[in-house]
Amino acid sequence: MPSGKISLADRWIMKFASINWRGLSAVIGFFLVWQLAVIFEFAGFQEIPSPWQVINTFFSDFLFSDKYWVSWFISFKRVLVGFLLAQIMGVPLGLFLGTSPTFYRLVFPVFEMLRPIPPLAWVPLSILFWPTNEGSIIFITFIGAFFIITINIFDGVRSIKKEHVWLARSLGAGNFRIFHKIMLPAVIPAIAVGMTLGIAVTWNVVIAAEMIASDSGLGRLTWEGYVSSTPPVVIVGMISIGFAGYLSTVIVDIFERRMMPWKYKK
Amino acid sequence: MAIQNPTKSNFRTEFDVNKLLLTLAGICGFIFLWHASVKWLPVDAFNRLPDPIEVVIEWVSTDPDYGISIFTEDYYIHIFYSTYRALVSFFLAVILGVPLGIFMGWKGSVYDYANSLLGLLRPVPPLAWVPIAILMFPGVEPAVVFVTFLVAFFATTMNTLVGVRSIPDDYYRAASCLGASSIDVLRDVVIPGAMPSIFTGLQIAMGAAWFSLVAGEMIAAQYGLGFVIWEAYNLIQYPTIVIGMATLGLVGYLSSALVRLLGNKLMAWHEQRLGLHT
Amino acid sequence: MSTSKMKVEGPLTGKVSIRNVTKVYDPDGANVVALEQFSMEVPAGDFIAIVGPSGCGKSTLLNILAGFDTLSQGEVYLDEEPLALVNKPALPGPSRVVVFQQGALFPWKTVLENVTYGLLKQRVMGKSDAEAKAMDLLARSGNLEKIGGLYPNQLSSGMQRRVEILRALINDPKILLLDEPFRAMDTVNKNTMHQHLLKIYQDNPKTIMFITHDLEEALFLADRVIVMTTRPGTLKLDIKVNLPRPRRREMMASKEYLNLRQQTISAVREEAKKAFERGERELA
Repeated sequence: MPSGKISLADRWIMKFASINWRGLSAVIGFFLVWQLAVIFEFAGFQEIPSPWQVINTFFSDFLFSDKYWVSWFISFKRVLVGFLLAQIMGVPLGLFLGTSPTFYRLVFPVFEMLRPIPPLAWVPLSILFWPTNEGSIIFITFIGAFFIITINIFDGVRSIKKEHVWLARSLGAGNFRIFHKIMLPAVIPAIAVGMTLGIAVTWNVVIAAEMIASDSGLGRLTWEGYVSSTPPVVIVGMISIGFAGYLSTVIVDIFERRMMPWKYKK
Repeated sequence: MAIQNPTKSNFRTEFDVNKLLLTLAGICGFIFLWHASVKWLPVDAFNRLPDPIEVVIEWVSTDPDYGISIFTEDYYIHIFYSTYRALVSFFLAVILGVPLGIFMGWKGSVYDYANSLLGLLRPVPPLAWVPIAILMFPGVEPAVVFVTFLVAFFATTMNTLVGVRSIPDDYYRAASCLGASSIDVLRDVVIPGAMPSIFTGLQIAMGAAWFSLVAGEMIAAQYGLGFVIWEAYNLIQYPTIVIGMATLGLVGYLSSALVRLLGNKLMAWHEQRLGLHT
Repeated sequence: MSTSKMKVEGPLTGKVSIRNVTKVYDPDGANVVALEQFSMEVPAGDFIAIVGPSGCGKSTLLNILAGFDTLSQGEVYLDEEPLALVNKPALPGPSRVVVFQQGALFPWKTVLENVTYGLLKQRVMGKSDAEAKAMDLLARSGNLEKIGGLYPNQLSSGMQRRVEILRALINDPKILLLDEPFRAMDTVNKNTMHQHLLKIYQDNPKTIMFITHDLEEALFLADRVIVMTTRPGTLKLDIKVNLPRPRRREMMASKEYLNLRQQTISAVREEAKKAFERGERELA
């Protein structure tokens, strides 16, 4: 079969070609354009540091600075606490809303009234209410994830097939067993979706809340870079935040794989 | 003839006085709890908050104590500014995001180029762009719009891409069997097939636009509902905070509902399917 | 309605010659030989059923004919013209229309828009003519003209399949390629669909290649049943079905039919067993 076989050299070429050169060139092009835009002072780039300056700033001022790593820790802690609180309250609420029509009619309209309010609009009330800054930022973070998580669980419960519940009932399962054996497994994917969306939102909210109303964290670090007219710091902050957000997504992903092995094993 | 009628979920639609009463009880209960905790609960934290009666009186007053009510011009100017910014960002995001998402799904090379760039920029939360946007753009207005645009843009692009990806291969094959050209496939398969996802994306984009618009306005603007809320806090005009929040919720909800309505209008075929499955 | 009205005058087209076709997937990696030296002659207007275990290359063969896939060796001719060669694979086109396993009516187009789609895209006629032709075809296929304005999701799955077959047929393809179109149906629905398909074939005889792994279905519908071996797919058995047309359910009790069934069933079993054992090996 002459047409079926391919020589070793060709194979090596194919391997080489399988690298995403386009993606790589796009990324390199991005940094190149950025650097050139700074050098030639394009419109809008007069105050922007070059990638090179950013890297320099990072290594000289941040990599070994305690304050920088403390900012990481603080932001991470806020995200984690807000996120967990939202899970702890959102999951049961979603379950109740989905299972009890009475509870649904009583609570859901209020829930829907509050849901469209953007989380950051809660900042002033939150500062008023909570005695500490930390409390108010965690509360806003919680608000950001809470509605999304609850709605996802609620939809998950409602998507359970009635037949499954009937079957279980006819086999003599009580309320608790139905909840345990049918509801919970069925809402795990919904919990997973809620986690993915929730973690993204919490980072968004934490960063904004820190910029508006805090004196610590990565958001604050970025904002201070702006206030003190040190643009390289702003970009170091942005990249750190992006990296932190990415890291959280990876962690959530690992959790989801654990939660739903059937979805990821072939 | 086996045409199935769309069945409706009995969870929401049947009209029943008892159910309506429950809903009313829920809302009244919420307002009562709010009022009670602010006025009578001996907890400082609650007492600092504005109570609902105060808010409503201020909101509908012809001569509001803090300058913002449904009878003042300022109120509408702020609503106008916020809506204007949200809509401009949203439309920019749609105009750029939908075609980009479609081309990414349709042509592998576009995907290769664009996806790595998006992957590079997307993890940075949009609000972290605020300071750099202020540095890059002349004036605060375009900076706020840019940040708002950015979130909406990512949501639109990614959902459009997901939509194109979710179209089964057989639709492309069927079209090519029947003699469709490449452009025909784009028009008759890719775009309508991605439409449900695109509209999901637009709804998310609308929500996300309001989300970051508020933050942008709080941080850096002179007008708009986000600004109203933050200004009211700084000037200790607490009822106005709640007026701002409620208005934001209302305007945000209306704009999402509008997107949803438009989607349902454009996708009669899709609604039928939803009807069958709920 | 007289069936003679639809009979095509003149010589039939749609003669297919498949000569020594080999298809290897991923030749320098997994090297999966889906088809090996597969040859078959299909006279114009024949109804051929191809059966075999899953993964035997039935779908590969169909994809090569339809123009969705290339071939590694061999050639395919359609009416003595080369259709698919090694360095010149077939392009998808209206001479060979496929009806898909999962169904591929465009859900965003109404029944009428779906059925007229091919005619309009090939620009063989204007919109009003195409619609008239489609309505006529729908009407002749069991009063389907009433559903012209509905979306596919409003139809039962059996009705969807019928519309999809009509959407293919209206283009007057030389070959109709059916890829297990009734797979997901229950027996009652399947029987109804068989009657519809047989009537369509009788009214408008053209080459049909019908892929299935339901042997009974194959024998009941086709003029010839091809049994394929498990991977690499080759021809195992080529059986002529001498049951008269029009076919009726009662024929399935005839001695002739039972004989055929006996012949084929052991061949298919053998291959299915091989495929199963290989599956076990691959999993182990």
